[in-house]
Amino acid sequence: MSPRPGGPRAVRLLTLAGLVALAGLVGCTGEGRDAPPGVAEEEPGEWAGDPGLTGTLTVFAAASLTDVFTELETRLEVANPQLEVRINYAGSSALAAQLAQGAPADVFASADEAQMARLEDDGLVTDSDVFARNPLMLAVPLDNPEGIMPPEGRAGIPSLADLITAEMTVAVCAPEVPCGAAAAEVLAAAGLRDAPDTYDDDVRSVLTKVQLGEVDAGLVYVSDVHAAGDEILAYAFEESSRAVNSYPIGVLEDAPNPAAARAFVDLVLSEAGQQALAAAGFQPPP
Amino acid sequence: MRRTARDPRIPVPLLVPATVGVAFLVLPLVGLLVRAPWSSLGEQLSAPGVGEALRLSLVSATVATLLSLVLGVPLAWVLARSRIRGRSVLRALVTVPLVLPPVVGGVALFLVFGRQGIVGSWLDDAFGITIPFTTTAVVLSQTFVAMPFLVVSVEGALRAADARFEDVAATLGADRWTTFRRVTLPLVAPGVAAGAVLCWARALGEFGATITFAGNFPGTTQTMPLAVYLALQREPEAAIVLSLVLLAVSLGTLLLLRDRWLGRAAG
Repeated sequence: MSPRPGGPRAVRLLTLAGLVALAGLVGCTGEGRDAPPGVAEEEPGEWAGDPGLTGTLTVFAAASLTDVFTELETRLEVANPQLEVRINYAGSSALAAQLAQGAPADVFASADEAQMARLEDDGLVTDSDVFARNPLMLAVPLDNPEGIMPPEGRAGIPSLADLITAEMTVAVCAPEVPCGAAAAEVLAAAGLRDAPDTYDDDVRSVLTKVQLGEVDAGLVYVSDVHAAGDEILAYAFEESSRAVNSYPIGVLEDAPNPAAARAFVDLVLSEAGQQALAAAGFQPPP
Repeated sequence: MRRTARDPRIPVPLLVPATVGVAFLVLPLVGLLVRAPWSSLGEQLSAPGVGEALRLSLVSATVATLLSLVLGVPLAWVLARSRIRGRSVLRALVTVPLVLPPVVGGVALFLVFGRQGIVGSWLDDAFGITIPFTTTAVVLSQTFVAMPFLVVSVEGALRAADARFEDVAATLGADRWTTFRRVTLPLVAPGVAAGAVLCWARALGEFGATITFAGNFPGTTQTMPLAVYLALQREPEAAIVLSLVLLAVSLGTLLLLRDRWLGRAAG
C-alpha cells in the first residue's frame, strides 16, 4: 500500500467528476441547438397555406400545465411530422422574468393574468386568451393527523375556517407566485391570515409537503389534486371561488415561428384541448 | 537565473486562462452592480423583512459552520488518519450532499427529521419536538449541504501535513488525543480555516434544502437566498439589491476575519 492511498484516487475521482460535468454540458448544448436540418431557416411566409408546420416551436408554460401540454405537444407533432415542439415548464413568474430578459419563445401560457399582464405592459405580448381556470382546494395527507373533515349535518360547501385552524401546520405558496396570491386572498376571506407556517416557492412543493405528511394541510390547485390521485385527501371550500386563477395564453410578438405558435394556441382553445384540460381537473374559462 | 522564484512575470499559458477565469467570475457581479437600482436603494433596503432575513442568514450560517466544525473536523481526521475498513466508501458517502440536488436533500431530511421521519417521529413522541419549519431546520439544512466542503478541505490538509510530527509526538509519549490537539490541529489550522470559510459561504447561499425542509416563513426560516428568489418573482430590482447586500456582508465578514487571523499570526 502506498503511504497515501487516497491521493491518486482522489485525483481520479475529480477527473471523473470533471468528465461527467463536461459530458452533461456537451449533452445540453447538443440538445438545445437541434432543429430539423434544412427546415429551420425557412421563413414562415414561404410555406403559408401549407397544412404541414415545420421548424421548432418553443412554448413557455406554467408548471401546473405539464401533463396537459405534454399531451397536446404529442398531438401537434403527430399532425405535423416536420415540427419540433419544445416546452419549458416552470413557475409562471420565473418564466415571465425569463421572457422579459429576452428568452426566445413563441408561446407563453401563464397560471395567472398578472404575469401575462407584465409581458403585455412590456409590449412582448399584444393579445392573449384565457383558456382555463384553476381554483384552490385544501389538500390533506392520507393519514389526516388533525382529522380535518367538513362539519357534519351542514349542507353545501364548507368554509375554509370549518376545515383548518391557525394552530395547524399549513403550507401555502408565497404571495409572489400565482398560487400564493390566490391563497392569500382565500385565507384573508376566511379570517385565517396567520394560518400558514411556510410560504413555498411553487405549488408542487406545497403538494410534496402534504404527500410526505409533514404539514396538516396545504392549499393547492384542483389540477394538482387530480395529478396526486389517491395519494392525498382534498376538500373544496367556499372561499375558493373568490380567487380562481385564470390561465391566459398568448403568442409572443417576436415569435420565431408565429404560424406554429398560432396553431398551438388554437389547439389549446379547441374542443380537443379543452377536453384534455378538463380531464386534468381544470375548469373551462368563463 | 531566469528560473528563480523572483521572476515577476506570469507565464502566458497561465496568465491567459487565469484572466478569462477572473472575467468569468467577476463579470456577473459587475452586471449586478450595473443593473442595481441605486436611486431606490434605501427604499429597497428598508423594506420589511430584509433586516430579519439578513440576521437569520448570518446567525444560521454561523451556527451551521460551528456544528460542521464540531462534527466535521473529527470526521476528516477519521478519513485521513484512521485505518478503519470501508474508509473509501465512507468518504464517498460523506460527499453525497455535494452531488445531491439540494431540494432532494431537503426531502431526505424530512424522511429523517420530519415528524414522520425516523428520528423526527421519536423526537415528537418523546419530547414533543418538531423540527421542520423552525430555525433549527434551517441550521440542519445548511449543515447537511455545507459540511462536506469543510470535511473535504480538512481531510486534504491532513493528508498534506507531515505525519512525522505526529510520530515524533507519539515517541515523546503523547497519546493520540493529545497529539491531535497539540500537534495535528495547529498544523492543519489554515486548512480548517479555509474549510470553515467555504462551509460558511455555502451555508449562507443555501436555498433548495432550506425551502424544502425548513420552509419559508419571514423571521423564522426565510433566509436571504429565499428572500432573493421570491423577490425575483415579483421585482427583479429588489432581488438585485438583496443579493448585493448578501454579497457585501459576506465579503466584509470574510475580509474582517482574514485581517484578524493575519494580525494575530503577525503579532
